[in-house]
Amino acid sequence: MINGIWLGMIVIGFLFAAVNGRMDEFTAAVFDGAKNGVTVSFGLISVLVFWLGIMRIAEDSGLLKKIASALGPVVSFLFPDVPKGHPAIGYILSNMSANLLGLGNAATPMGIKAMQELQKLNPDKDTATPAMCTLLALNTASITLIPATLIAIRLNYGSADPAGIVGTTLAATAVATLAAIAADRMFRRMSLLRRPPKPPAVGHGDSDRGSTKLPHTSLKG
Amino acid sequence: MFEWISLLSSWAIPVMITFIPLYAFTRKVPVYESFVEGAKDGFGTAVAIIPPLVGMLVAISVFRASGALDFLMGFIAPALQGLGVPPEVLPLGLLRPLTGTGSLAYTTDLIRVHGPDSLIGMIASTIQGSTDTTLYVLTVYFGAVGVRNGRYALKVGLFSDIVGFVAAIAICLMVFG
Repeated sequence: MINGIWLGMIVIGFLFAAVNGRMDEFTAAVFDGAKNGVTVSFGLISVLVFWLGIMRIAEDSGLLKKIASALGPVVSFLFPDVPKGHPAIGYILSNMSANLLGLGNAATPMGIKAMQELQKLNPDKDTATPAMCTLLALNTASITLIPATLIAIRLNYGSADPAGIVGTTLAATAVATLAAIAADRMFRRMSLLRRPPKPPAVGHGDSDRGSTKLPHTSLKG
Repeated sequence: MFEWISLLSSWAIPVMITFIPLYAFTRKVPVYESFVEGAKDGFGTAVAIIPPLVGMLVAISVFRASGALDFLMGFIAPALQGLGVPPEVLPLGLLRPLTGTGSLAYTTDLIRVHGPDSLIGMIASTIQGSTDTTLYVLTVYFGAVGVRNGRYALKVGLFSDIVGFVAAIAICLMVFG
């Protein structure tokens, strides 16, 4: 589907550019978009480096495991394939709470770290696991308590009640998140029906068997 | 309620950054070395995101610049106008999942033109705040771990965008309409 959307946007863009006589704009847009991609990625470097450092401290101290086991039941409902006490759960929880508080630049690094942990449980590294899809579903809908950017913009344009949208936004984002979880569940079940279940990924769990990268848990101390 | 949450938001990061190393220190973790060790992965991860992000943003940028997006918006708008929905907010439904900066710019413009407390301003703010940019989230998260086949994740993301969009409009019409 992603291949179709990508190609579709370019081909349809080309056709419209041809009809509208916007070939120069097309070319400019290509390099503009490419530049934007690099700029955004580079903008992520600072937050990624910093948060991955902080999160490593949390992991090494055992804090992440503690949070994971305390709030495990909530997460294991959403992520039944992730073994209990796995570091991925700690990162998933950090990602969810950062989203909730509207801390976008903390949510992304934690989400990425959660993805990396989930990738360690993945038998087929090119294909997403159901747990990854659930994490993405939660992040695309992204439940937020405080839409801080919008409140700031509204304030900027002289709103009498800048936070007046907090309630409606919360209601709408809750509906979107529920829809995402429900759809994710449905697709997960359909994909399980279609192919016979593989041996559960649990076995790959905490052993570092076959991992070429550095082990995720520090052996220090 | 709002003040309490916003207080929590502003305290969250400072508290975490202070509390996590402090807690680790009491557990005899060499905190600074541990930080540096973890931070090493940050650069590589950011670099891994570049190829998918460049690919995706070029396609979106071309799609917008060619006038295709405008055409599609003009096509959809009259269809929903009959339901009492201000047509000005409809382009957001299409813009929101594709580009975060694009839809934020559009929302800001609606707020500027129609006023933040108008029905249009309220609906636009709610739509903008209620979901994240699906295509960006997918590109970054899958790109960071090198997953090529995202399976049904895109469908789920786009479905929840549609539901969120409709819910935002319906809720605002009920509350402010």
